Amino acid sequence: MTSPGTLAVVASRIRADEKRIFDALDRRGVSYVHVDSRTMWSSADIAPLPWDRALNREIGHVRAAYAAHSLEAVGTLVVNSARATEVCGDKWRTSMALRSAGLPAPRTALALTPTAALTAIEEIGYPAVLKPLVGSWGRLVTFVPDRQVAETVLEYIAALPSPQSHVVYVQEFVDKPGRDIRALVIGGEVLGAVYRRSEEWRTNVARGAVTERCEVTDDMAKLVYGAARATEADIAGVDLVEDEDGRLLILEVNDTVEFSGFQHAMGDRVDVAGRIVDHVLTGVPTWRE
Amino acid sequence: MIACPECEAKVDLPDAPRLNEILECGDCHAELEILSLEPTLVGLAPEVEEDWGE
Repeated sequence: MTSPGTLAVVASRIRADEKRIFDALDRRGVSYVHVDSRTMWSSADIAPLPWDRALNREIGHVRAAYAAHSLEAVGTLVVNSARATEVCGDKWRTSMALRSAGLPAPRTALALTPTAALTAIEEIGYPAVLKPLVGSWGRLVTFVPDRQVAETVLEYIAALPSPQSHVVYVQEFVDKPGRDIRALVIGGEVLGAVYRRSEEWRTNVARGAVTERCEVTDDMAKLVYGAARATEADIAGVDLVEDEDGRLLILEVNDTVEFSGFQHAMGDRVDVAGRIVDHVLTGVPTWRE
Repeated sequence: MIACPECEAKVDLPDAPRLNEILECGDCHAELEILSLEPTLVGLAPEVEEDWGE
């Protein structure tokens, strides 16, 4: 068990999930410090920071990754690790990790320019989906039914100022049955899964999808465990879709998991915040050598 | 009870408010952030940034 005063919870935005985590820490009588990442800075020369462990709940991917790297550099054990944060926070790096592990995913391509993206979309076939490399909640995820829409959307993408925006993540559209699946893995243990149902094609809870408990089959458990392992995420929210043949495909792995919807659907079966806290205090690292 | 900095409507505070906690104004639906606890101060929460997510 971590000694009192040696745990930091890094977060700039305290939502219901972070409050549940703080409550779980309080219930266990653990001393911790909440670190607002907006106040963090690191020198390349300073002595180690005073935290043995840190739970990284920073909502911004760039800040989360740099916070994790900075803390790891001075010896803090960070959950999730900087590597997991980097891999999970970038959809293409996630895709590469899943492919290396031989895990099933929709056909995916990365185009380094909007011009190349048109070729990639034609190769993947219509309808296709374009996703920002970084980001969540279905934001800016674009359904591309035909070449005319593809050309129009890519023209907009080309006009964006950031070079990273011009790198286009293309994925085949999976005609899912009005739902996808969010499974939670902590410390290599599959806690459970929920369906996320929506009238909209994007089934994110942040977009109003409703959750209900989903039975975890052996196949599903193997996939989500494999996805957490492939991305080296101690705490992983693995999103899956069922294709028209009922086959499970992995969409993404989330490293700063929002679990309100999951907790609501699971009720008393699992205390997610408690499991996160217990893992951070006693269980890490799961995948690191 | 505090005043929403956007519309001045009254906003209830949670029983155990936390620093940086996000609240929503019931009237104008602005997202608010608790900036200090003693005294309680709230401001408009930062807008969603491009890299925010899970």
